[in-house]
Amino acid sequence: MAKTLEEINNKIRTGQVVVVTAEEMVDIVAEKGPKEASRTIDVVTTGTFGPMCSSGAMMNVGHPSPRIKLGGGQVRLNRVRAYDGLAAVDLYVGATALPDEDPRNSVFPGEFRYGGGHVIEDLVAGRRVLLEAAAYGTDCYPRRELAAWITLDEINEAYLFNPRNGYQNYNVAVNRSSRTIYTYMGTLQPQLASANYCSAGQLSPLLNDPHYRTIGLGSRIFLGGGVGYVVWQGTQHSPAAPRNEKGVPMAGAGTLAVLGDMKHMAAAWLRGASFRGYGATLIVGLGIPIPVLDEDIAAHTAVSDADIVAPVVDYSGAYPQRQPDVISRVTYADLKSGEIQVEGKTVPATPLSSYPRAKDIAETLKGWIAQGEFELTAPVQAIPGADSGMMMGPMPDNPPQTPESPQ
Amino acid sequence: MQVSHRIVLHFPRAVTGEPIIYRLAKDYGLMFNILKASVSPQEEGLMVLELSGRDTDFQHGAAYLKERGIRLQPLVQDIRKNDDRCVDCGACVGVCPTEALTLERPTMRLLFDPDKCVVCGECVPCCPVNAMELQF
Repeated sequence: MAKTLEEINNKIRTGQVVVVTAEEMVDIVAEKGPKEASRTIDVVTTGTFGPMCSSGAMMNVGHPSPRIKLGGGQVRLNRVRAYDGLAAVDLYVGATALPDEDPRNSVFPGEFRYGGGHVIEDLVAGRRVLLEAAAYGTDCYPRRELAAWITLDEINEAYLFNPRNGYQNYNVAVNRSSRTIYTYMGTLQPQLASANYCSAGQLSPLLNDPHYRTIGLGSRIFLGGGVGYVVWQGTQHSPAAPRNEKGVPMAGAGTLAVLGDMKHMAAAWLRGASFRGYGATLIVGLGIPIPVLDEDIAAHTAVSDADIVAPVVDYSGAYPQRQPDVISRVTYADLKSGEIQVEGKTVPATPLSSYPRAKDIAETLKGWIAQGEFELTAPVQAIPGADSGMMMGPMPDNPPQTPESPQ
Repeated sequence: MQVSHRIVLHFPRAVTGEPIIYRLAKDYGLMFNILKASVSPQEEGLMVLELSGRDTDFQHGAAYLKERGIRLQPLVQDIRKNDDRCVDCGACVGVCPTEALTLERPTMRLLFDPDKCVVCGECVPCCPVNAMELQF
């Protein structure tokens, strides 16, 4: 018999809810079957803790006296470039932004020790951040220069707004070339000597709701240690990616745009990160509860690492050249064993996404729900599914005819 | 003056076919003790070794290595894992040549075994959250 979300929320309020993690659900469904599991289990919690470059913080830092209009000027936070093309003191700092002084890859491979992700971690950790700005000055906003310490407590608003998080499955990166390469998938040893992957697999949110039946716009989530919401499908959302017989995508597919109040987040779940030779980014803790409304949802939340396959892609050739070639496919059970077979060679496999932290997130969210602190929301609108045919496309090959006049 | 230095050699791809260590011994009179080597033809290579001999011979030998495009790095004393920074990903596991850094199964927690570490320092720049620290 199907349950409603309101019935589940009533159980949360009265302390009768039965909530388990997506890892625990694998064995529960294997033992009881999806029908019985859908009767006894109300909520399944998921989690993931991995580098997510399409992340950033929107802020309003308050008006100084005299006032300044940052838009059209230049703003830095701890020397990292922030985007100011908004109202007077609204800012956005992206996870991959860098200080102008960073040598980048001029000494290869660059270290990228501090970037936008680190600014976000510093703010959330309660550390003060130096805002420096230059503006052109107007009658209403006369000030032209500003240097001030800001803290998360003292600024008006700060919310994490990540245009793309929670990738539903992802590539396994290898390097077929004869030199070490430095990528957003980590350092890859030459001649297929290492394989890096980046998904929580059976704990990953969208892999437990492959058809987006319960996760949609307005879903309340765990974000960065606080509460956030799904606000849109993420950029590069590609629900029409190939799927296996259980409906699980066999490559990167759905994505989510998420938002949440940074003032309630914790630095343990938002960590600035540096990828050698690639750049700075932010490791984001994301967890999504899935209401077990019926047998079908129960069956999907029982997805295990052995059921999920990921494409092995050469990051020395096919990926940078945007060629579609997939060397082979492996399961997350293979990957987590520590070794995969690629072109007849045994290759050590290591994750960039932290499974222990993903599990901690699923456990934390489970605790919030069990203690009645967190109720589930029904999506106000579904995100586009496989039947939408939506797939990310390449940039059209359309260079300007006269390079000096882009108009 | 007799000296003994523990150093890490980083070989570019082009020189891995040459008998570099033989030359150090024969032409510069240096004694060598290879602690760890990962050198294959046509790949970048890494070797940790102890070189002993007269100071002037060591200096000449080091100059010869640099002239051949080999990067020398003193072997530092110790590598430490900062547990407050570490997030238990596995970014360092794939670059560690001695399996001093491993993931425990099935918990996937990161383990560091200082006894297996040869302090080559590869994990330090590769850690995304700056959790691996060199201690001099």
